[in-house]
Amino acid sequence: MADPTYSKSELMICVAARLFQDGTTAFIGTGIPMLAAMLAMKTHAPGVVPIFEFGGTGAQPTQLPNMVGGARTFERAIAASGICDIMEAAQRGFIDYGFIGGAQIDPFGNLNSTVIGAHDHPKARLPGSGGGNDVGSLCWKTVAIMLHDKRRFVPRLDFITTPGYLTGPGAREAVGLPKATGPVNVVSTLALMDYEPASCRMRLRATHPGVTVAEVIANTGFDLLIAEDVRVNEPPSVDELRLLRAEIDPERLYI
Amino acid sequence: MNVIAQGQGELIQPPDLEAFREWNRTRKARQLVDKVMTEAEAVAQFVADGCYIGTELYGTVRCPMSLTREVIRQRKKNLRVCGQGVLELDLWLAAGLVSQLDLTYVGLEVFGTSHALRRAVEAGAVTCVEWSNGAIAWRMKAAAMGVPFIPTRAMLGSDTLAHSAAIVATDPFTGAPVCLLPALILDVGLIHVHRADRFGNAQIDGITGFAFEMARACKRLILSAEEIIATDEIRAHPDRTIIPYYLVDAVVPAPFGAHPGEMAYCYERDDAVYREWIAASVTAEGALAYLAKYVDRVPDHRAYLDLIGEQRLAELRVA
Repeated sequence: MADPTYSKSELMICVAARLFQDGTTAFIGTGIPMLAAMLAMKTHAPGVVPIFEFGGTGAQPTQLPNMVGGARTFERAIAASGICDIMEAAQRGFIDYGFIGGAQIDPFGNLNSTVIGAHDHPKARLPGSGGGNDVGSLCWKTVAIMLHDKRRFVPRLDFITTPGYLTGPGAREAVGLPKATGPVNVVSTLALMDYEPASCRMRLRATHPGVTVAEVIANTGFDLLIAEDVRVNEPPSVDELRLLRAEIDPERLYI
Repeated sequence: MNVIAQGQGELIQPPDLEAFREWNRTRKARQLVDKVMTEAEAVAQFVADGCYIGTELYGTVRCPMSLTREVIRQRKKNLRVCGQGVLELDLWLAAGLVSQLDLTYVGLEVFGTSHALRRAVEAGAVTCVEWSNGAIAWRMKAAAMGVPFIPTRAMLGSDTLAHSAAIVATDPFTGAPVCLLPALILDVGLIHVHRADRFGNAQIDGITGFAFEMARACKRLILSAEEIIATDEIRAHPDRTIIPYYLVDAVVPAPFGAHPGEMAYCYERDDAVYREWIAASVTAEGALAYLAKYVDRVPDHRAYLDLIGEQRLAELRVA
């Protein structure tokens, strides 16, 4: 049953949460991925193992993690180790999904979180890779969570902080990145995207309720492929919203 | 090894492994020496202008903030810094102490980009060499191993690599491209721990971030500790020692030493003070006013805690 009172961010969190597969390991970046992971664990995917870059593995937090190195990332965890242990787990193929964000994304799912403009004389200096590059390089599948507009969905990045499919099919393997890895989805404020396998280009899979395909296209700065059967994402259910509002983010820090 | 590509970033702290071995042989006491001192003494003695310095973990989480503030109080200059920074590097950048950054992330997590970083970099006052979080930790790991570099499969194909000082080479065993990260030997590392004895044997509760690697990658290591404990307690649980005494040069007793950040199992982040920084740092003047209030007008960590107030500190404590 749907609840019509949801916000855009609540919808985005729900759409991202539904991408979590039960019984998988998932590297969780800061912000919306944390809410999505908690929602997935409270609904269809209780067996997700959340992994945080500074050492938290398998937490069952009673409060929403607010920092990627914070105590809540290893509350009721199965292990508290360090960043090398986590990144090495990713490097040897133990981390199934990575949930990350960025300031800009291009048609191949490359992400920029470093600079707008030239690196040495930037118009805007952004935070930098953080764990993003490691996640995008080493996890099996990555999911990007993005605000959707033309300034963010751009044909060409000012700086590739985190590799997606780079220049297209075969490019990741050619530079030495692990085989069969790469971005699989983008959850934005407007829609859910995947990547067309032959071209590795971003493709519209499903719009959010009330958003038209034309709106998604108009807010994307490159030629977005359109799936033959574009669906509409299910709005948040009453249960999902109750969990988000009452249990996961009762202080409404994010939603 | 065949070099395929090379990052254009400057290697701002080239590793000298023979010098590091010699340093560790001659400058690190094997004897149990009492190393307890104040923030002011430790920073005056071990942090030099122009040195290469790093802090662990990051500013809002188990970070040596009392030491961070003391470095500002003593106005150390031209620091070359690796980070990974939330708040602690903001403070150094705002105070104008930093000249070069081996940068992985300087921001405010969910609160967005760092105004202090933006001002410093966009004005050209600070140059940045780019790395991933994993890469910086592995660079310390290489130094901890005593080897010149460490291979990784991260960074490949990205501009992060193009603006780093890493090298892509052909793996001599398989012929596949691999990214080589140069060892990072820091002049000084600052680490905050839950407890240490007077000699520097230290324990951390919960995740250990990159404390293990950094502690073994520094020429000088200043520890601050929530609590000073007896060596008998260390010896009762030797498996808990993440940093043995011989790595350590100074032990600074610093209850609430990570404030306004959190310390797992001890106290939570002080959101009021953190948000005060976030709001203040929007302008250079605001940032300086914050530094005046929380650093320069308080002579030491004890006075800082008095400023925060006993009642507030009690509220932050984890039951």
